[in-house]
Amino acid sequence: MTDTTETTGPARGARWSEHEVEQLIGNLLRIGVLIAAAVALAGGIAWLAGHGHLRPDYREFRGQPDELRSVTGVIGGALALHSAAIVQLGLLLLIATPIVRVAFSLVAFAVQRDRLYVVVTAIVLGVLLFGLLGGGKA
Amino acid sequence: MTVLVMTLLLAGGAFAAGLLGALTGLGGGLIIVPLLTLGFGVDLRYAIGASLVSVIATSSGAAAAYVREGYTNIRVGMLLEVATTVGALVGAYAALVIAPHVIAVLFGLVLLFTAVQSLRPQEEHITEASGTLARRLRLGSTYPTPHGLQHYEVQHVPLGFGLMFLAGILSALLGIGSGVVKVLAMDRAMRLPFKVSTTTSNFMIGVTAAASAGVYLTRGYIDPGLAMPVMLGVLAGALFGARVLTKARTRTLRLLFTAVVVVLACEMLYKGLTGAF
Repeated sequence: MTDTTETTGPARGARWSEHEVEQLIGNLLRIGVLIAAAVALAGGIAWLAGHGHLRPDYREFRGQPDELRSVTGVIGGALALHSAAIVQLGLLLLIATPIVRVAFSLVAFAVQRDRLYVVVTAIVLGVLLFGLLGGGKA
Repeated sequence: MTVLVMTLLLAGGAFAAGLLGALTGLGGGLIIVPLLTLGFGVDLRYAIGASLVSVIATSSGAAAAYVREGYTNIRVGMLLEVATTVGALVGAYAALVIAPHVIAVLFGLVLLFTAVQSLRPQEEHITEASGTLARRLRLGSTYPTPHGLQHYEVQHVPLGFGLMFLAGILSALLGIGSGVVKVLAMDRAMRLPFKVSTTTSNFMIGVTAAASAGVYLTRGYIDPGLAMPVMLGVLAGALFGARVLTKARTRTLRLLFTAVVVVLACEMLYKGLTGAF
């Protein structure tokens, strides 16, 4: 596939071309999803080994314990090798993948000196971080 | 039924949903919530949490390929993500005050709307004229065609932005990607080429879902035992579907999937209206 006519060639030290940014974002998304799925699968197998024989009960909403409800709780639980927290870490990595993608776009627009889209992207990133880090407690 | 049996059944059902979603282009997230609530009696909040996580997985997995092929318009996507993520936060807070049976009825209506949209023929259009706002925001771009790169312009940005806000609310409230509203906004309102609309929509779905999934995680809606098989199943189904896409007879499958969606829509509407949620 040929490069777009608008972008200059990816010379060394030059600003990132749009094509290069697209390749990097594609790789970022792929790696993020793969890592998240692998962590969730590993934790899931361990969790099933301990809980697989129980009877499921999801009819009534009870919410999750604190360990599974915050970024710090999930990381702490996963480091303590609690299987449910490892699964939750995988799910958290999955939620983080688009957030990291937006953060990367922010850097890319900054490198391209595209001020307008740096502002646009910063707003999106702010909303995402607000949702994950403090939005649910209101 | 033990947890192990339910996990395997969920993973199998989610695989089928992801496969059909990828083959028909309608997205598998749409039938996860009906599968969990109607099929397994799961509470609506757990179902929405699990569904949103699977939506992020399929969207990001598919977007990885499309972005590299150069169809996705990253500027349009980023601009409209302001509307969808703010809408998603509004939806996540609205979910606290809206009764589950109202959400079920809304879900049924969105399913019906999707079924109607999926039967409409897709028309390809290239717009050379752009609005002043679109020009100022530098939204026009190019995309690859068999005859080389095709240039296109963008129109009606405020209308598209408004529709995207609605798409964000629906995504959070129902735990879906709301790709059908996103494509509507970009294809019909902003006059983007169809392939650009669908791939940019897909690109945006993960970011939109991440906004409300973050809120739902801290609110305890995301249950690891439930979300894990659903997410892995949908992801595996979608990746497998993308592989066999060219060989499958998509028209027949599309009709089949639309029929499934209509049946689920009626069931959600019936249960919602009779207060069974």
